[in-house]
Amino acid sequence: MLSNLGNTLIIVALLISFLLVFFSFKEFRTNNNSIPGKIYKISLLQLFFTASSFIILLLAYVLSDFSLANVYENSHTNKPLFYKISGTWGNHEGSLLLWINILVLFSSLFLFINKNKDKDFKILTLLFQNILVIIFLIFLLSNSNPFSKLFPIPLEGLGLNPILQDPALAIHPPLLYVGFVGSSIYFSAALAALISKIDSQSLAISIKPWVLVSWFFQTVGILVGSIWAYYELGWGGYWFWDPVENSSLMPWFVMTALLHSILVLERRIGLYSWVIVLSILTFTMSVTGTFLVRSGILNSVHTFASDPSRGLFILSFLIIMVFFSIYIFFKFAPNESKKYTIFSKETFIIANNWFMIFFLGVVLIGTLYPVFLDTITGSKISVGPPYYNLVLAPFLIPLLFLMTSGPNYKWISHETKSFFDLVLVLSVILFLITFLLIKESSFLLNLILFFSIYLIIQTLFDFYESFKKKNINISRIISHLGFGLLIFFIYINHIFSQENNFNLKLGEIKKTDQYIIKFENLEEKSIKNYKSIVGYFNISDKKTSITKELKPEIRVYDKPITITYEASIESNLFSDTYLTMSNISETDVFNIKFQVKPFMNFIWFSVLLLSLGGLLNFLSRNKNEKN
Amino acid sequence: MRKINYIIISILFSFLFIILYSSLDNERIYNTKDLIGKKISQVEINLFQSNETINTEEFINNEFTILNFWASWCAPCRKEHPNLVRLSKIKNIKLVGVNIKDNVESAKSFLKENGNPFDILAEDKNGKNSVNFGVYGIPETILIDSELKILKKYIGPLNIKDVNEIRKLVKK
Repeated sequence: MLSNLGNTLIIVALLISFLLVFFSFKEFRTNNNSIPGKIYKISLLQLFFTASSFIILLLAYVLSDFSLANVYENSHTNKPLFYKISGTWGNHEGSLLLWINILVLFSSLFLFINKNKDKDFKILTLLFQNILVIIFLIFLLSNSNPFSKLFPIPLEGLGLNPILQDPALAIHPPLLYVGFVGSSIYFSAALAALISKIDSQSLAISIKPWVLVSWFFQTVGILVGSIWAYYELGWGGYWFWDPVENSSLMPWFVMTALLHSILVLERRIGLYSWVIVLSILTFTMSVTGTFLVRSGILNSVHTFASDPSRGLFILSFLIIMVFFSIYIFFKFAPNESKKYTIFSKETFIIANNWFMIFFLGVVLIGTLYPVFLDTITGSKISVGPPYYNLVLAPFLIPLLFLMTSGPNYKWISHETKSFFDLVLVLSVILFLITFLLIKESSFLLNLILFFSIYLIIQTLFDFYESFKKKNINISRIISHLGFGLLIFFIYINHIFSQENNFNLKLGEIKKTDQYIIKFENLEEKSIKNYKSIVGYFNISDKKTSITKELKPEIRVYDKPITITYEASIESNLFSDTYLTMSNISETDVFNIKFQVKPFMNFIWFSVLLLSLGGLLNFLSRNKNEKN
Repeated sequence: MRKINYIIISILFSFLFIILYSSLDNERIYNTKDLIGKKISQVEINLFQSNETINTEEFINNEFTILNFWASWCAPCRKEHPNLVRLSKIKNIKLVGVNIKDNVESAKSFLKENGNPFDILAEDKNGKNSVNFGVYGIPETILIDSELKILKKYIGPLNIKDVNEIRKLVKK
C-alpha cells in the first residue's frame, strides 16, 4: 500500500518538476517584469509531493511495513522508535530521497524569499535547480527506489547496524545533507548569474544567506559526526582522515573560501568570476564526495552497500555537470581587472582563499591518490593521518597569522599597523608560560601554539574594541576565536592525552603512573534488542585522590547479530576519562583500553563557536534587511 | 589565454574522470588475476575452538579444497551461505571455513541458524593469517586443486552462477 502511494507521489513530483522546468524555460527572457503566479503554485505543489513521499517512507519505517524492501533491509520491529525514524535516512535509498527533499525545499525557498531580484536570474536559478531535481528523481526511480516492493512480505526485518544506533549518528547525516545539498542552490544561482549577467553586488546579496546556512549546517554536521566517532567507535579519537570524513571536509573548505570572498564581492566589484568558480566548485565537491562514498571505490567505516551502477550514474552526472559548468563559465564570464593594493583587506581574504584551496587540494589528493594508484599500478595503499599532519600543520602557522592581522586592515586602502603592540606582548608572555608548563621540543608545534594564542588574544581584544565602538563585525570575531581555540585545544589535547592498554580479570587492580584502576564487578543485562555485559571500574587518581566509576559495556545485538563495544566516558569540564573493554574469548580476561583526554569539551565548544559565528552573521543580515 | 585555460581545465577534468571511471570496476579484479595458477602459500591456521592447527600443505590429500573466509558480523556472508551449503553437497570438494575476527558465540549461532557446510572449521582471531592467503575482505572464497594450485578466487559473496562454475570445474 505505502509502496504504491510512495511511488505515485514520486512520479507526480517528477512530472511537476518537468512542468516547472518547462515554464521556467518559457518564462526566460520574456518581457514580464515579475515571475507569474503559476510558477509559485507549481513550486509549492512540487514541495508538497516530495515532502509527502518522504513522510510516507518515514511512516513505513515507523509502522515497520516490510513490504518495502528498503524497510525490510534496514529496520526491525524491536528497534526503538527513534532509530526506526533515523533508519529512514540511514541507507542509500532513503538518504537520496532526503537529498531530493532538500533540493526541492531550497528551490522553493529561493523562489519565495528572494522577492525583488532580477527576474531572469531568478527564473534561471529555478531552471537549473529543477534540472538537478529531475536528474536525482530519475536516479531514485531507476536505480535506488526506496519504495521497491517485496513479495512475499517478510515477517521481520534485518535490522539496522547497531553501530548506527546512536543519537549523534542519527542526526548528523541530515545536518550534513543540508550543507551538501544546500550548496546546490548557489551552484544554480552562479550559472544563472553568468547567463543573466547580474551585477556582482546583487549576486553576493542573493547567495550569501544560502552560503551561510549551508556552511553552518556543514560545520555542525561535521562536529556531530566527530562526536559520534569519539563516543561510538571506541578508539578515543575524533578525527580519522577517513575518506568519508574527508568528503564532508572538502566542500567545507570551499564553502569557507566562498564565505570570505562574498564579503569582498558585497562591497566591491571584483572577485566576481572567482565567487562563481567557488560556487560551482562547492557543489562539485559535494557530488564528488557523494560519488566516493556511494560507489564503493573507497573503503571506509561508513560504507553504504556499494553498487557499481550507482557509482556510474553519479559519475555520469558529475561529468555532465562539470563540463556544462566549464562551458557556461568560459562562454559567459566577464573579464575583470584587479583594483586593490597589497596590504588591504581584500588581499588577506584572497590569502584565506588560497589556504582553503590548498587544504582542499591536500585532502583531495590524499583521498584520491589511493584510487589513482590502484587504477594505474594495481597496488593498494591507504593514506593516513601522518600524511595530513605532515602536510597541513606547517601551513596552519601563516593561516593563523593572517587570521590575526588580516581583519584589522581597512578595505582597499593601505594602512600600516605597529606590530609591537600590547596584544603581541601578552601573547608572548602567555606562550612562554604554556611552554614552560608543557616543555614541548618541536619547533613547529611551538610555533602553532604561539600563533593560536596570538589569534585568541587578538580576537578577544577585538571583541573588547567592538563593545566600545559597536560597529565591529561580531560574527567574524566569534568564528575566528572559535578557530584559534580549536587549534589551541587540539594541541593541548594532543600533548596531554594518555593511553594505557592492558588485560584485567574481575577483581584485579592495575596501577599506571597516575591512576589506579580496579575491576570491581561484572553484570549481565537483557535490554529490548540487545544483551549487555557491563563492567564496573573504579578509577582513582593518585595525586588528587578523586575517584570515578566507569561502566563500559559490551553489547550483543540480535538483529543482525553484532557486537559493539560501548565506551564509558566520564566527562568533566577539563578532562575526559575514557574506558572501553573487550572480551578475550575462552578466557575470563578482558582487554582494557584506558585513556585520559583533556579538554575534549573545549574542542567541541570551539567548533560550536566557529559555527555560531556563521549563524550570527546570517541572523544579523536578516535584521539589517528588515530595518 | 582564455581558450588555453578552457582547454587545460577540460583536459584535467577528463583525466580525472577517466581514472574515476576505470576505478569503478577496479575492486572486483583486485588481486584475483595474479594469484590464479599459483600455489597457495603455506599457512598454518588454528582450528575453531581448539588448540590444534592445520597446515595448508595437508590439503594435498583432497581432490579439491575450497577455503571460505567468513564472519557472523558480515552481512554478505549470510547471503552467500545457502550457496556454500550447496557446494558442501559436491563430493570431491572439501570445504574449509575460516572464521575471521569473530565472537565465538555469534559464530556458533550463525552456523546453528544457517547450517554448517564446512568439513573443517578454522578461525583467525585477529585476521592476520588471512592476509597471508591474499584475502583482503570478506567473504572471499578460494578454490584449490590437489597440487595446491589456486584455480579460482572469488571476492565478495558467491552467487548461484559461481556455484555452477565450480561444479563444472571439479567435474573435469
